[in-house]
Amino acid sequence: MSIYTMGIDVGSTASKCVILKDGKHIIAKSLVSVGTGTSGPSRAIAEVLENADMVREEMDFVLATGYGRNSLEGLADMQMSELSCHAKGASFLFPNVRTVIDIGGQDVKVIEIENGMMKNFVMNDKCAAGTGRFLDVMARVLEVRVEDLGMLGDESTKEVGISSTCTVFAESEVISQLAVGTDKRDIINGIHKSVAARVVGLCHRVGVRDQVVMTGGVAQNHGIVKALASQLQHEIHTSPLTQYNGALGAALFAFQKANK
Amino acid sequence: MAKEVSPGVLALRKVVDDVYADARKAKAEGKLVGWSSSKFPCELAEAFDLNVMYPENQAAGIAAQRDGEIMCQAAEDLGFDNDICGYARISLAYAAGKRASRKIDFETGEFVIDPNSGKPLKDENGNIVIDEATGKPKKDPKTMKPYIVLDDIHEIEALPEGREKELRLNAIQPYKQMRIPQPDFVLCCNNICNCMTKWYENIARMCNIPLIMIDVPYNNTVEVNDDYVTYIRAQFDNAIKDLEKLTGKKFDEKKFEEACKHANRTAQNWLKVCDYLQYKPAPMSGFDLFNHMADVVTARGKSAAADAFELLEKDLDKNIKEGTSTLPFPEQYRVMFEGIPCWPKLPNLFKPLKKNGVNVTAVVYAPAFGFVYNNYDEMVKAYCKAPNSVCIEQGVDWREGICRDNKVDGVLVHYNRSCKPWSGYMAEMQRRFTRDLGIPCAGFDGDQADPRNFNEAQYETRVQGLVEAMEANKK
Ligand code: SF4
Repeated sequence: MSIYTMGIDVGSTASKCVILKDGKHIIAKSLVSVGTGTSGPSRAIAEVLENADMVREEMDFVLATGYGRNSLEGLADMQMSELSCHAKGASFLFPNVRTVIDIGGQDVKVIEIENGMMKNFVMNDKCAAGTGRFLDVMARVLEVRVEDLGMLGDESTKEVGISSTCTVFAESEVISQLAVGTDKRDIINGIHKSVAARVVGLCHRVGVRDQVVMTGGVAQNHGIVKALASQLQHEIHTSPLTQYNGALGAALFAFQKANK
Repeated sequence: MAKEVSPGVLALRKVVDDVYADARKAKAEGKLVGWSSSKFPCELAEAFDLNVMYPENQAAGIAAQRDGEIMCQAAEDLGFDNDICGYARISLAYAAGKRASRKIDFETGEFVIDPNSGKPLKDENGNIVIDEATGKPKKDPKTMKPYIVLDDIHEIEALPEGREKELRLNAIQPYKQMRIPQPDFVLCCNNICNCMTKWYENIARMCNIPLIMIDVPYNNTVEVNDDYVTYIRAQFDNAIKDLEKLTGKKFDEKKFEEACKHANRTAQNWLKVCDYLQYKPAPMSGFDLFNHMADVVTARGKSAAADAFELLEKDLDKNIKEGTSTLPFPEQYRVMFEGIPCWPKLPNLFKPLKKNGVNVTAVVYAPAFGFVYNNYDEMVKAYCKAPNSVCIEQGVDWREGICRDNKVDGVLVHYNRSCKPWSGYMAEMQRRFTRDLGIPCAGFDGDQADPRNFNEAQYETRVQGLVEAMEANKK
């Protein structure tokens, strides 16, 4: 008989679920763009079950991860940190991965992986510069959609420097650049470089080994991926499933637990 | 359920209580009371029979009593930047006369209770009692506390004798750290850090009192070289002259030697106590060492402190023989906790450690305060070695030594926003720990005294991540 497991990743800005069959096949996924403290997690769970045409009782094990993981006590069988889950998910998608960079809604993590397991990690300090939230703030000031940042930055033709130290300072820098008529696309490119610079500092603290994989929603912004790759001088791999990586890792751990 | 406290711990608490009580008594009798940095050579003050209070210890206590924020804010209102060490801010506010005080209703003379304070009331079966009128849990009146407001001791003292003065004096928070005497002189040694220098200069200026300063330069080398010793020794001699002037007494060599003897014995016993953390599982929660540091700071030159540590040693020995521990949960993982704890958030700090079976079995305070010396020059050298005055090689060596001896599985690093010197080099140290010891390290942001700099959810994720990495590392 097959084993079905669910991974739930309750982030600060989105809730994601993955259902896995036999620890190998993703049979359903869901994503709701609000995170912990909202209806997001329960909606995401309902949606993923509907997509799989299954009910909660058919799940052999449910594991929650992410910032809001502890709010799911009762709903999930177990909680694990998003660090281990991102390591697990990335190792599934890229078996040779040694370094995982995850830029989430309000934190950045760099994870060192050995034999598919998390060996060590560093995370950002409490400052939000360099996180997904930073990009949200910038997109709002620039009046563009956050999803479009990557594409717009690609069209940049001129170097514009944006401070990498503080969201508030960077925001006012962007506003003053706009005030003097700088092209938005150049500003966006500058923002990408500034985020990358922040993350590179963290990467060097754990040490960068190939393969480098970037996960999390921000990995969909290829402007950031490109800036990061060039500053790190390493190739960076991403997957179309990047946003589900944490939930995938959780479902994989759930499979291990169900098998015990 | 009240925890049973061992004789050693009780003795250690009493030693510190006595230091505070003695200082209050001395002040009342018109004697001089000083404030001293934690690693100023206490042997000198002891030689002059001086009563001394320790602002770092005081500030830690105030922070642990949850009055750190109101005191830090008071210092900020006086113009001190919120980037300055939280201990310094608390101490400077206190020196300026600011006090955390319980709010009074002057009509009734009673304290005004904060309706949001307190814990839920439980019935005899331990179930939470619900208030039928509101549908919300009832509060246990015994745990409800008055609002805390800021008052000013100088203002109170200027009042005419009478009811208001009495009420306001009485309303000042009753715990010992909020009731220390104002200083008549300050003793500063910047082996702790350089923030100390300006902090004590400010107190001296604010209170218009003498400052006795010993400057210990940063050590670029592991060994303390002879030039340093000559330079610092001259300052010791100078401090003695200053103290003679201050007290009108001659330096008492005999008393000095006595104090040295006690300080050595305290250090030795402190080290022995710390060494009990080498046992696996450990007979105590290493977090307790942070509390016992109070004795090392405030009383290391007194025989009572040395005796109390000896008692604690006996308790620990008994624990080992009986296979018990003061750790309130089974020890599954052992970590070094790097840095000062977040005092206002101690329960929050402890909760995820408890949940995951993590015991703190190493803290750098063990080697950093366990210094033993045989003569004057060695004593000078010993005072050169404080956590923030030694070079990174020495700092790493101390820590890796206790990590190995105390068999830790990982390191939890507090990036303490208050303490720039201590946090600044941590990223590099962390890298070396992983490289040299092959163990995972996790860092979190916080603050020793200012609760505004700590985020519980961030902390929990990092602890859980560390636990998962330690688990993976064991396999
Ligand atoms: S060493 Fe750090 S915590 Fe201690 S007084 Fe100096 S800055 Fe503050």
